Amino acid sequence: MPAGLQEDALPEPMYVTPPQPAASQETLADGLPDDAEQLLLRMLEIRFFEDQVKELFTKGLVRGSTHLGQGQEAVSVGACSALRAGDTMTCTYRGHAAVLAMGAPLDRCFGELLGKADGLCGGKGGSMHFTDVSIGAIGSNAIVGAHLPVTVGAALAAEHLGTGAVAVAFFGDGATNIGAFHESLNLAAIWRLPAIFVIENNHYGEYSPLASTTPVDQLARRAESYGMPGVQVDGNDVAAVRSVTRAAAAKARAGGGPTLIEADTYRQQGHSRSDAGAYRPPGELEAWLARDPILRLEEALQATGRVTPDQLAALRAEAAVRVAEACARAQAWPEPTADALVQDVYA
Amino acid sequence: MSDAELNYRHAIARALADAMDEDERVILIGEDIGAAGGAFKSTEGLFERFGPRRVRDTPISEQAIVGAATGAAIMGLRPVAEIMFADFAGVCFDQIANQLAKYRYMTGGQVSVPVTIRMTNGAGAGFGAQHSQGTENWFLNIPGLKIAVPGTVPDLYGILRSAIRDPDPVLVFEHKALFALRGTLGDHDQVVPLGVADVVRQGGDVTIVATQQMRHRAVEAADQLAAQGIQATVIDPRTLVPFDDATVVASLRATSRLAVVQEAPADGSWGSSLIARMLTEHFELFDAPPVLIAASPTPVPYAGNLEAAWLPSSDRIVAEVCKQVQY
Repeated sequence: MPAGLQEDALPEPMYVTPPQPAASQETLADGLPDDAEQLLLRMLEIRFFEDQVKELFTKGLVRGSTHLGQGQEAVSVGACSALRAGDTMTCTYRGHAAVLAMGAPLDRCFGELLGKADGLCGGKGGSMHFTDVSIGAIGSNAIVGAHLPVTVGAALAAEHLGTGAVAVAFFGDGATNIGAFHESLNLAAIWRLPAIFVIENNHYGEYSPLASTTPVDQLARRAESYGMPGVQVDGNDVAAVRSVTRAAAAKARAGGGPTLIEADTYRQQGHSRSDAGAYRPPGELEAWLARDPILRLEEALQATGRVTPDQLAALRAEAAVRVAEACARAQAWPEPTADALVQDVYA
Repeated sequence: MSDAELNYRHAIARALADAMDEDERVILIGEDIGAAGGAFKSTEGLFERFGPRRVRDTPISEQAIVGAATGAAIMGLRPVAEIMFADFAGVCFDQIANQLAKYRYMTGGQVSVPVTIRMTNGAGAGFGAQHSQGTENWFLNIPGLKIAVPGTVPDLYGILRSAIRDPDPVLVFEHKALFALRGTLGDHDQVVPLGVADVVRQGGDVTIVATQQMRHRAVEAADQLAAQGIQATVIDPRTLVPFDDATVVASLRATSRLAVVQEAPADGSWGSSLIARMLTEHFELFDAPPVLIAASPTPVPYAGNLEAAWLPSSDRIVAEVCKQVQY
């Protein structure tokens, strides 16, 4: 914690919402999804990808900064698994998980981080700008909240062209305090656009705890002022996230307009690579590690007898091998050629 | 119809209507552009003709307007966004500078972003410091944007048509002091390509480069100079990015003197950049130091006499050029 700040001195939110009945949603406790093993495999790949990124940074192979998302995989994988071809997704600079959850190739993601010619963006984007338009991952953004207006535009195009697509945006709790959030939700609502705004509430805006920057305790309630539904969901329960996203997508495709989803989760790593997370109250990280979304899915799979411990180990090994092989492939790729510097400024 | 006279304001609605007829992906978004016909009445009639799905009124939300145009362009539309006063670009600067301009490059060319942003710029009408700026200079240092500053009826029409067809983001500045200016459209190809200057007037003694309101003052000044025996070429570049350096260089070969007139302070402006390029790349062509006739380095004042003093006048252009010719 910062010097001088005691745990009991953390500010309380000004407006505390009384307990409300949970919106209808199917959680892991209600039964495992048919494709639970696939969801687990994808979450494991993302976890191991992020672990590998951290190692690459330590070795000095990745430039600039990076923002890791270990612990938040269920939000990305749950929501993106509710989408269909043609839907679009935008996310933040902590966006590796979301882009991978849309189906981006592991090796090309590593390639982008390593500044390789065959990286997702030809090595011109880097960690904070993973983009793969071919699968609907239309942009990762390094300006807090700035992709929300772009998401509204993607939803506008879908609505205008009658494609039936929805546009999803992932963003952090901190982004709900920036002006672009307000303008975007308001415009999406007044035009009844097929957009889904997903707050990954990991409880910290950079180094600041949510309560010190935000006077409400339930961010989903901010939806009320835009006349759209606001739904809270356990962001570490992949089935629950998928359930609420499916409902929001169905509503959006039917012309029912946008939804704001608040997924409660936790950032197990620091904000960026320079942040050791010294501000966390004692015991907080440990409590969230016990609620790790991957552990919970694995426990549910074992508890129902769907998979044996050996099969789980095999899944973990498969994910680890895929990640390691992808990383090795990407490291062998060439750098961009010199002429790439001046390409793609204009069409 | 095409040779009938119309004014600068009407050229906007004409260009937008023709673009919408040509390409059904073209939509308009902005504040009060629909039912109200635009704060400057420059979109009058389009809502009635094309309906509320293609002419979309927005809340007062410039970030959302530009961002929505960007996202819609990436996904297949050709949005034309209106920012009512160019000064309001300040509230959506991130969306223009960090999103719109960089989207193609950051993604390694995965997308084109065919967005046109129309903005009303310019001083002289007493709107004060926050509604009078020529903010085109704010965007010069942002690769990825094209910037157009049409100053006549056919140029405004033809550049808007080019901008909307262009695969890249184009900022089109419409000067509010020119709304009543009259002109005609040509019979044939009315589309004005981006990056091609207009040589408004030919003369062998000095090359004057100016845009929009200053272009017209430069022509007035050239008439006065001619009466004193000094023959000026007046060049209107029409777009600042891309900039037609070649036309300026060709003129300099004949005149050996360069004067740039701009409706903005000197620092960080297109005029300063043009002079720097010409001096560094074509030093041998100059017989006299180039001159930048710029606005006062102050905000735009309100009082009529002060605003008139802020703007470069034709008398000042004459005086500066006379001094240059006597160098």
